[in-house]
Amino acid sequence: MDIRKLKENHKLLKEYKYELGKVDKGYANRTLYVNISNNTIKEKPVTDFMKDKFVGGKGFGMWYLWNAVTPTTRWNEPENEIVIAGGPVCGITQYAGTGKSLVCSLSPLTDIPIDSNVGGYFGPLLKFAGFDALEIQGKAEKDIIVYIDGNTGVVTIEEAPLEAIDGHVLGEQLTEMYADNEADKRNVAVVTAGTGAEHTRFGLLNFTFYDPRRKVTRLKQAGRGGIGTVFRDKKLKALIIKFSNVKGDLNNAFDQAIINKTGIKYHKEIHDLDSKQNNMRKIGTANIIEVMDAYDLLPVMNYQYGMHPDTQKIKSTVFIEKYITQGVQDGCWYGCSMACAKAADGFELKTGPYKGHKVTVDGPEYENAAGLGSNCGIFDPEGILELNFYCDTYGIDTISFGTATAFAMECYERGIINKEITCGMELNFGNFEAAVELLHQMSRGEGFGVTVGQGIHKMKKLFAEKYGADPDFLFDIGMEQKGLEYSEYMPKESLAQQGGYGLTNKGPQHDEAWLIFMDMVNNQIPTFEDKAEALHYFPMFRTWFGLYGLCKLPWNDIVPADNKYTSEPAKVPEHVQNYLDVVYGVTGKKLSVLDMIKESERVYNFQRIFNIRMGKGLRANDKIPYRSMGPVTAEEYESRKERYDKQLAEKIGYDPEDKTIEEKMAVMREYREDQYEKLTDAVYKRRGWNSNGVPTLEHLKYLGIDFPEVVEIVKDLQ
Amino acid sequence: MKYLAKDESKCIQCGNCEEVCSKTYFKINDRAKSCIQINERDGNPEINVCDQCGECIDICPVMAISRDKLGVVRINKKICVGCFMCVGFCSKLSMRQHDEYIEPFKCISCGLCAKQCPSEAIFMAEKDDSEALELQLDKVFSK
Repeated sequence: MDIRKLKENHKLLKEYKYELGKVDKGYANRTLYVNISNNTIKEKPVTDFMKDKFVGGKGFGMWYLWNAVTPTTRWNEPENEIVIAGGPVCGITQYAGTGKSLVCSLSPLTDIPIDSNVGGYFGPLLKFAGFDALEIQGKAEKDIIVYIDGNTGVVTIEEAPLEAIDGHVLGEQLTEMYADNEADKRNVAVVTAGTGAEHTRFGLLNFTFYDPRRKVTRLKQAGRGGIGTVFRDKKLKALIIKFSNVKGDLNNAFDQAIINKTGIKYHKEIHDLDSKQNNMRKIGTANIIEVMDAYDLLPVMNYQYGMHPDTQKIKSTVFIEKYITQGVQDGCWYGCSMACAKAADGFELKTGPYKGHKVTVDGPEYENAAGLGSNCGIFDPEGILELNFYCDTYGIDTISFGTATAFAMECYERGIINKEITCGMELNFGNFEAAVELLHQMSRGEGFGVTVGQGIHKMKKLFAEKYGADPDFLFDIGMEQKGLEYSEYMPKESLAQQGGYGLTNKGPQHDEAWLIFMDMVNNQIPTFEDKAEALHYFPMFRTWFGLYGLCKLPWNDIVPADNKYTSEPAKVPEHVQNYLDVVYGVTGKKLSVLDMIKESERVYNFQRIFNIRMGKGLRANDKIPYRSMGPVTAEEYESRKERYDKQLAEKIGYDPEDKTIEEKMAVMREYREDQYEKLTDAVYKRRGWNSNGVPTLEHLKYLGIDFPEVVEIVKDLQ
Repeated sequence: MKYLAKDESKCIQCGNCEEVCSKTYFKINDRAKSCIQINERDGNPEINVCDQCGECIDICPVMAISRDKLGVVRINKKICVGCFMCVGFCSKLSMRQHDEYIEPFKCISCGLCAKQCPSEAIFMAEKDDSEALELQLDKVFSK
């Protein structure tokens, strides 16, 4: 469509002019607040209190959200906000992974705060345009866009009736519309959802960046928790920012030289070691597909199994050799030498509204390959790429889609739901056509796709209440907790990872803790206390990235050559020091590792209490489905009989000889559930929480977040 | 392509090349600001300077590095975003960086240093374009 015509049909609802600012040691010191109910735009100061207590990024998001909502606010009410914030380090260009935005909102899946981190250029450009955060509240009447011109200091709210909704089209249209010419396109960044976000609860946000080599607008995703659903419910079509003249020193760092030195050292490390370690520059996170399979950790057919002979059809080398363009700089922000944002170019779509189009598919990341692939029994690289593409452009989270579809497939295969319920669809594992049709239905808002799009939590209720399914069995096999679908690792044999998923704030997402290798493969954390220490340190350490606008992958996907000789290789001590050096370089703040953990603990505990305020966040909400702990069905037990029999004998002292599978499974279950409870006790204790999972007043005092409104929530739960 | 060739066995480590380079491009005699650097390895002189291989061209996120008509690899400082990936990824360690500047710098085969070299250890030369390491993007994206 003619871009001029699209623009001519915009109707200006509000224009707001502001003074361009200068970033000082990583902070713009202002937030942009936009209310799209009444078209109010204003600036808010970022206070020293906010910086001291919440640092930035997710910390600011949680703080603004806390102040915007009440305990009864739900995701689709005007009070709910979408907050996008980078963090003080966000926007430097010398170290890898420094362009992340953290997006916070009340989730349609969980009814509690969700935080999702995303690359692309919006976060850094927002800061250079003058703002540490963008806070969007209210609901518009008609489809609107919000445009921030960081070159001239103008913010507008405009009705935009004619533009597309799907991410890959809308991203291109708006990049073209707001860029002066081809060279200017990289100075425009767009946030979109997609048509699927309108009809599901797991809608995502696409954050664009323009790729000057491919001449394509690339998409990165704030995937988890349904923020795209909130976005479309607000009738937001897109957010656009423009800022030209990005340079390497716009953060006005306290000491640029330290950042340069640390960054160059890291770039050299990637140059020298990537091809010897994980091949992140060749295939990104998908390098671990076959590794997960080899260790029995790849979710197969709704997490029933951890490996499959057909994994070789979707192993990383298949994508490298046949689909993913090699040798092109693929960072999602300037200076990311890890360059994991891989893409398949010239991929011809076989289904749906864009059938026959040759497109650039952003991915596959590991989670996509596992969620859309093995977990749904789809061992077809082109099927995975097609699902990946449509999830992105429709604005649908690949993880929730994959896990929810896998659940629906298992229900279908077990006869819990039938063809009548699926509207004629044969929803067997491995049926790519069915999976992709579900996705197209989510885009169109029709058929069984809409049911799957409500997420596992809602499906379980529906299947039990309407179709007479056994709710206990659905609880066992439905891989969700707090309403959020599990991400794509099989945690059955790693107690620590069961805790890594279950004892989270937002729900089972591996970004808070990924301990499978430490626990299961390397056996580095054998006791409850060891596991509890890991489930304290790592979630806090990982939270910290989100406070500063950082990506976690450069921390441990490639490690220094001598890392294995350090005292704690799992922590990658040299890289931790790099981060402390970079933060010092940007802000002038000299942090120790303890300070770092304490900064995270403030935000983490605040989020925990926010959950409690919204009606979750207690021990009962940390319960996990048994499928994530052990074998639910006889088939699962049989598939690992030797392992399970051995464990019964050696760990539990139960002789498996002459016992029925049911008897053995019952003993195994009792043992494993008890282990999880013991782990929960140990972790709560280590985190400074009582046995109900509530942060103690003493701990809040230690952290300096014993504000009256926080204490009010927990004082009667001590 | 035009490049600065070297014969390390002839180098007498006088430092003339470093001086002329830094004076020409940064108006100061400071070897840390010279594109060519004379070092010593195992007691022998080592001349470190860009050979215009072009490996850095594909590393740059904003395509600020390109090869000019003469085959010389040049940085467009106006669009450079100062990420220094090209510095970390130069296999020959010949891409330079100095903390007073937010862009890197490199030898552009101007030949001024060769003229100052008393021992003919460095000299201008030509090599075949087939030695260029950068991707041909037209071919990569034509599939």
